[in-house]
Amino acid sequence: MVSAVSTPASSAQSAAVTESLIEIRDVHYSVGGRSIFSGLNLSIPRGRITALMGPSGTGKTTLLRLITGQIKPTRGQITFDGIDVSSLKTKELYALRRRMGMLFQNGALLTDMDVFENVAFPLREHTDLPEPLIRNVVLTKLQAVGLRGAARLMPSELSGGMNRRVALARTMATDPEVLIYDEPFTGLDPISMGMIVRLVRHMNNALGITSIVVSHDVKELTELSDTSYIIAAGKVAASGELKDLKGHQSDIVNQFVNGLPDGPVPFHYPAADYRQQLLADSE
Amino acid sequence: MKLLRELTGNAFDFAGTVGGVTLFLGRLLGQIPRALLRPSLIVAQVHNTGALSLVIIMTCALFVGAVLGLLGYDTLLRFGSEDALGTVGALGLVKELGPVVTALLYAGRAGTALASELGLMRATDQLTAMEMMAVDPMRRVVAPRFLGGLIAMPLLTVIFIAIGIFGVQLVGVQNFGVDSASFWSQMRASVELNDVAEGVIKGCVFGFACNLIAVYEGYTAHPTAEGVGRATTRTVVISAVLTLMLDYMITAVML
Amino acid sequence: MQATRTVEISTGLFVLLGFAALFFMVTQITNRDLTVDGASYDVTAQFENIGSLKPGAAVSMAGVTVGRVDSITFDQNVYKAVVKMRIASNFNRIPNDSDAAIMTSGLLGGQYIGITAGGSEEFLKNGDRIELVQDALVLENLINQLVASFMGRRDENNSGGNSGGESGEGAQTKTEEAKQ
Repeated sequence: MVSAVSTPASSAQSAAVTESLIEIRDVHYSVGGRSIFSGLNLSIPRGRITALMGPSGTGKTTLLRLITGQIKPTRGQITFDGIDVSSLKTKELYALRRRMGMLFQNGALLTDMDVFENVAFPLREHTDLPEPLIRNVVLTKLQAVGLRGAARLMPSELSGGMNRRVALARTMATDPEVLIYDEPFTGLDPISMGMIVRLVRHMNNALGITSIVVSHDVKELTELSDTSYIIAAGKVAASGELKDLKGHQSDIVNQFVNGLPDGPVPFHYPAADYRQQLLADSE
Repeated sequence: MKLLRELTGNAFDFAGTVGGVTLFLGRLLGQIPRALLRPSLIVAQVHNTGALSLVIIMTCALFVGAVLGLLGYDTLLRFGSEDALGTVGALGLVKELGPVVTALLYAGRAGTALASELGLMRATDQLTAMEMMAVDPMRRVVAPRFLGGLIAMPLLTVIFIAIGIFGVQLVGVQNFGVDSASFWSQMRASVELNDVAEGVIKGCVFGFACNLIAVYEGYTAHPTAEGVGRATTRTVVISAVLTLMLDYMITAVML
Repeated sequence: MQATRTVEISTGLFVLLGFAALFFMVTQITNRDLTVDGASYDVTAQFENIGSLKPGAAVSMAGVTVGRVDSITFDQNVYKAVVKMRIASNFNRIPNDSDAAIMTSGLLGGQYIGITAGGSEEFLKNGDRIELVQDALVLENLINQLVASFMGRRDENNSGGNSGGESGEGAQTKTEEAKQ
């Protein structure tokens, strides 16, 4: 497709300029008076699998929305391949998004179409390819995720894992340079999880696609990711290879990576003194 | 004092909602030209909102007409003017009952369907996924539904009126023995093209309002199960109130 | 997404049904013949009071519609309403001394113009004016007349005159005409 032709050229050019595809520099973002990011800095290296992790509520999904241009940072800059994302107008933003693919937590397949039509959707919307060619592309993508035989099923007939694999095939249909996975392992049984992990690896190795995985799953990501960022309290708390972070000096990173029930993120929700409350006559 | 603050707070909320709907409408209208390039989507939505509402519309029309026939006959009988049943039935249906009842039924059946469909797509990230695939959901999903509904409503209105008149006739002529010839001739003598036009115009205006509310509520629903439920309830309530308000305004203007 | 065949067919039927209903409404339940098709000629008549006569109202003789009211204007020189009527050409033997009266159809019906033939050997042509007219009945005047006639009769019975009786009869006849 179009982007397949442009990828080698642009990466050859940009490889000389920068190793990272996406740069996030000093980004601040707040909503409703609450500050979500205050000085976030990270870079997503080209052609690698980067993990984004952190305790619940640190704004991982918000970060994805900043990267894809759905929201603008209050301060700071986000660049994709050198282009400042927040300065783009709608049309240019849409053009940029064609170079990205995003896999949603629940697949987000269009429920009124079958599997084949779902995967064909981006092709039908953005290209004028003749029907036989679309058919070939769709079947190829489905084959890559192992679901060519399920082409005529409806999304409601698929299991969670199958749902996500079809969604992956759909994002692959336009051969993006970047794949963003939003919590791809959540709620899957070990077998399905294994399939997804394998597919993420495969996409990265075979096709050189830059992958960003947002997840909580420390165990899976330890094997899978090349680098990772742990985001807490609106900043990057730690970065590097996940297996090196197990003994990190920061308390919050330690708690997160080792799954400790108590630490900087407390077990007890703030409350009045226990003894006093029990002894009090009325609430 | 608290009441005043609540009222002004609500007034600002209201203004905000009105503003939100207006901006939404602006975006929607902007996408309509491109949406018209995909007629198959619009046809599917005419089917979704119109053809699938036929059963409820036609059934209710028959009963509304029958009741009108009963009531009209009974009342006119007291003045010895049963022959005017045709006039009463036709004018009542064409000018008021037809458009208003159709709009209320439409809001309940098709309006909630639209709102819940769009709300569900919002809650399951389908709309966001489309945006990520660089497809504007307004053009692909919302505009066809709005246009389909816009086409369906006036058609449903006239079907309601026609079946309703048939219902009046069924009760008046077949059942009570009102003279068929006078029934139709008196109707013809008193119903003018203006009245029919008024009914059709009301159908179009109500269609615009009900469909806009339904797609707006669905599109802007909170992405939770609760949010979708609330959106469908609000669709029915707001559609009903707005329809009756517009009904008053149009009737006053066209009188 | 392509609409499947079933969807297309059912939508088509729905739309056709809608148009059929609209067609039904426009033709079967409204006034037909709102205008006089074909050849016609115009005559006018001046009224002091046209009541609720509207353009498009029927012009009939002996109960048969022979034409339509084309327009109604006000003449500031004679302070009368000028009603222009369009009569179908095949009704070309209307005597030019005929009488045009504004009548009410039924008890609650709309008003129309009823022409009663006169005796002249000359007939109305295009542009002629009907001289003999009867204005629309105004209910208030009618009631006043009725009341006046009763008062008159009572005075009569007391004083023995007869003039009240006539106007009472006149009012009666007019009421009967109105009931037609």
